Amino acid sequence: MSGDNIIETKGLTKEFKGFIAVSDVDLKVKRHTIHALIGPNGAGKTTCFNLLTKFLTPSAGQILFNGKDITQAKPAAIARQGMVRSFQISAVFGHLTVLENVRVALQRVEGTSFHFWRSDECLNSLNAKAEELIEAVGVAEYRDTPAGELSYGRKRALEIATTLALDPEMLLLDEPMAGMGTEDIKRTAELIKRVSANRTILMVEHNLSVVADLSDTITVLKLGRVLAEGSYAEISKNPEVVEAYMGSGHA
Amino acid sequence: MTSANPAIAQSGGLTPQRILVFGLLALGLIAPFGVYPIFLMKGFCFALFAAAFNLLLGYVGLLSFGHAMFFGFSAYVTAHAAKEWGLTPEIAILLGVATATVLGAVTGWLAIRRSGIYFAMVTLAFSQMMYFVAVQAPFTHGEDGIQGVPRGHLLGLIDLNDTLTMYYFVFAVLVASLLFLHRIVNSPFGQVLKAIRDNEPRAISLGYEVDRYKLLAFTLSAALAGLAGSVKSLVFQLASLTDVHWHASGEVVLMTLLGGVGTVFGPSAGAFLVVAIQDYFSGIGSWVTIIQGAIFVVCVLLFRSGIVGVMAPMLKRRGIQA
Ligand SMILES: Nc1ncnc2c1ncn2[C@@H]1O[C@H](COP(=O)(O)OP(=O)(O)OP(=O)(O)O)[C@@H](O)[C@H]1O
Ligand SMILES: [Mg+2]
Repeated sequence: MSGDNIIETKGLTKEFKGFIAVSDVDLKVKRHTIHALIGPNGAGKTTCFNLLTKFLTPSAGQILFNGKDITQAKPAAIARQGMVRSFQISAVFGHLTVLENVRVALQRVEGTSFHFWRSDECLNSLNAKAEELIEAVGVAEYRDTPAGELSYGRKRALEIATTLALDPEMLLLDEPMAGMGTEDIKRTAELIKRVSANRTILMVEHNLSVVADLSDTITVLKLGRVLAEGSYAEISKNPEVVEAYMGSGHA
Repeated sequence: MTSANPAIAQSGGLTPQRILVFGLLALGLIAPFGVYPIFLMKGFCFALFAAAFNLLLGYVGLLSFGHAMFFGFSAYVTAHAAKEWGLTPEIAILLGVATATVLGAVTGWLAIRRSGIYFAMVTLAFSQMMYFVAVQAPFTHGEDGIQGVPRGHLLGLIDLNDTLTMYYFVFAVLVASLLFLHRIVNSPFGQVLKAIRDNEPRAISLGYEVDRYKLLAFTLSAALAGLAGSVKSLVFQLASLTDVHWHASGEVVLMTLLGGVGTVFGPSAGAFLVVAIQDYFSGIGSWVTIIQGAIFVVCVLLFRSGIVGVMAPMLKRRGIQA
């Protein structure tokens, strides 16, 4: 119905009081691929995510999602249309338990979220589905622990489970593996690969071996501009990209 | 249906928490035989007011500085309905609560778009406007207020002029309201509120239109604050400018913080403490404010999470949830 690209931006630009964080970005994300957005610190990757999910309003440019112009949409509406993001700084509901975190996501679709007169025990029917999700990311043993007490890596894992609970068509993951140990990185990479089967994933990640392993396409940003785009083999041969990474201290 | 949930498995038994609740209920039932009932009823009204306020501050993280307008206006409407229209108390109270609900929905709708201190300022501005209306409108009788409000017969049957009967009515209203608040907090809606309080951007990214949830919470909070004001106007048979004044808005903040934000019993404890201080020191005039301020400062410095907030962890070790 809407071609190959699930996301397409045209001339996407964001200016913060004279400082241009994202400049004239034309990004095309192919449906059912894993697309990585990389670049040195401050390149504008998170800002791009904020623009795509409408947490920030673009200064100029246009965003198409499934061929539909979402440049004026509200962030919550975008989530309901099937594009769900995670955050660079781990975003869990600290006072809710691990299970409840995932359930809050499942609950929205149920349509009971305004029911203030009902006991929350009616949410227990979602427990089985929630348990499956926390099992998949490996935090099942912390089911009844308040999420705020988890280690950083486990919070990231929980965040992925919460995001997956919405069964989104498109996932935006901002450094999903930051702060994880080798074991968890491996598991998360496998999970991302597994869930990408019938979805599209756009992810920011500094761990280049993960990026090389997972992504079909890589876009390199530097100072808000697209520096290069292509497969890992292509961009790793690009002298400008190598320079950008050496210059900022990355390998 | 689902795997074992320890909370459910326990819920049949006599947990320490239940013992505490039943203890407080029993205390409330025998209290008027040992303590001046008017004092207790005043405490109950402010306990309800503070509990309603706490729904907003404790579970949504919104500081309203205009809650007196719901409390005070509801009192006016109830007093007017009972005195001028001769309606029965329950209908007069319902009209007061309805007024507070509408006022809450409108104020909330305009204030919710702001956050932090701006939210507080919008609510303050609105309540100042309503204060001005109360001073000017003829039906409030300005400085005099509506005096000699008849308590009437509940459902046309039960005579509320009897102090003990009135006491048990007010006590029942408080208990029912606290149960209702407890339910709101522990409902599917309450889950979303807690999620928004914990991490608003994340709640948005999950597709929640957070402003709608905040507005519903604001409106519910205003309605219950209104209920407190309505009942108070029947207890004291008076609705006056004191109840719409910004002092009252400030007092409810004080009570909630003193008792413990986001706890079930904290606001009630704080309300009783403040009411007790006011009654005890009422002989020394405006010094009450200074004493109240001093106690507030000491409490905030000593127990940052309020009286109940500090006691809760100690109780928790014995398996009681405050
Ligand atoms: N709200 C804001 N106001 C002003 N400047 C901002 C704002 N948000 C981001 N910036 C600036 O925009 C630039 C891009 O930031 P962004 O967070 O998008 O980078 P990034 O590529 O995600 O970096 P990192 O790898 O460190 O996460 C930075 O220089 C940052 O300081
Ligand atoms: Mg970033």
